[in-house]
Amino acid sequence: MIAEKITVPVLDVEQIRKDFPILHQSVRDKPLIYLDNAATSQKPLAVIDTIDDYYERYNSNIHRGAHHLAQLATEAYENARTIIAEHLNAGEKEINFVRGTTEAVNLVASTYGRKFVHAGDEIIISTMEHHSNIVPWQMLCEEKGAVLKVIPINEAGEIIFEEYLKLLSAKTKIVSIAYISNALGTINPVKEIIQQAHKVGAVVFIDGAQALPHKKVNVKELDCDFLGFSGHKVFAATGIGVLYGKAALLEQMPPYMGGGEMIKTVTFQKTTYNELPYKFEAGTPHIEGGIALGAAINYMNNIGLDKITAYEQQLLDYGTQKLLEIEDLKIIGTAAHKSSVLSFLIKDIHPYDLGVLLNEQGIAIRTGHHCCQPLMDNFGIEGTCRASLAFYNTFEEIDALAKAINKAVTILK
Amino acid sequence: MSKSIAETEDEIVEEFELFDDQMDKYEFIIELGKKLKPLDPKYMTDDFLVKGCQSKVWLHAYKEGDLVYFEADSNSSITKGIIAILIRVLSGQKPTEIIHNPLAFIDRINLRAHLSSQRSNGLTSMIQRIKTYAGAFV
Repeated sequence: MIAEKITVPVLDVEQIRKDFPILHQSVRDKPLIYLDNAATSQKPLAVIDTIDDYYERYNSNIHRGAHHLAQLATEAYENARTIIAEHLNAGEKEINFVRGTTEAVNLVASTYGRKFVHAGDEIIISTMEHHSNIVPWQMLCEEKGAVLKVIPINEAGEIIFEEYLKLLSAKTKIVSIAYISNALGTINPVKEIIQQAHKVGAVVFIDGAQALPHKKVNVKELDCDFLGFSGHKVFAATGIGVLYGKAALLEQMPPYMGGGEMIKTVTFQKTTYNELPYKFEAGTPHIEGGIALGAAINYMNNIGLDKITAYEQQLLDYGTQKLLEIEDLKIIGTAAHKSSVLSFLIKDIHPYDLGVLLNEQGIAIRTGHHCCQPLMDNFGIEGTCRASLAFYNTFEEIDALAKAINKAVTILK
Repeated sequence: MSKSIAETEDEIVEEFELFDDQMDKYEFIIELGKKLKPLDPKYMTDDFLVKGCQSKVWLHAYKEGDLVYFEADSNSSITKGIIAILIRVLSGQKPTEIIHNPLAFIDRINLRAHLSSQRSNGLTSMIQRIKTYAGAFV
């Protein structure tokens, strides 16, 4: 079967690509084709210029300075918080700046978890979780004598919902699930997962790292209790991310780290803590990172998240069809609801070898276990090759990927 | 009398000079891997695994007379080719020579520069493991 370009792209990709300077370079004398977006995304000029502008014009520490620059920096940082809050449909107090999704999970495990999880309680995750959404809960369970339960998945890489329902009980205190799997692309039915968890009185953490770059996320509509995501995966800088939490829950949680910013008053006898969201933001934050995250979200919204989702679905459908034309290629992760991740294996070829030979042809993919070793064990594999697409990728790049895979296979077989 | 390390290194550098294109170089590396003497399956266990590679590499060493010999296998074709090259240079040499050789040919054939693009290619780990084995045989 010959794959046809399914339809006219819903985005003006050529125009969009002009916003991403890094894409216009050669690797190994070939035009760079960047297909490692699930690991990290590239940055538009809107973000790069925001960071430049901060350091060139108004770098200053925020919140306490009485001077002009401090005022500009504080306004820009808090304005970014407002942008993020509106984007998620959350309150500003509910947006806590953190380093990334990993810190968001750890924060909730260390504060909410330590306070409300006790011996014999249960925490539920799924088979497809990233190590960041496994290890912090394991650490909490070990400390508390709680039990970690894992929802099984089917061959397609979808959560088996009936099995999830069986795991839920009055003992369940926390359910922590990826909205979208980084290794498979599976979009989980998080709304239904949250509804069911709430019926037994559990709170739900949503790992939004792979969702925010690809779709609109409305925390009120989902009714999730916590959601974490990383700036660098949504076209902003590394080292910045967000923990959303329902205000009523955040209020009950003890602080995570002690230090500046998070205090109201300090004496050697007693410290009182600042109000939300500052209670969880000890120390001088990643100021320009926060501001640029706001810029990145504005950038995505200017394109339109619905358009981004629709275009990436076109890319995914085309890419799936193209890859399946390759002999002995098997796609790992064939969920009915998927985002733009193509994880695959070719019979008798080690993913690393394919990764190296694609790199020689200017194509960046990821190979390995994608920080999901239990998931790989579940499929009985060591790892996969993963091409993960963003809205600046093109149909032509997918053609080039397929061609480059075929060339690599000729050498390897 | 087998060749010295330096002689084998020069030989490999000459062979690699025949290729301009990196893809051709890789094809050559893969071919070298295919020619590697098979490793006895009894050594393909976790005890013989080289840590730090994205693929699996099993490395076994033994001493005959004054000389140390290496055998290996890998589930990656490229890694197998690389270990084959290392074995060609270092197998059948005296332990002290193995330990102290800077393996300058690796940079002369530009191997490291190309492999550094992928984390955990394990080149450093493989060399370290070879030298550790040799150290044990001094």
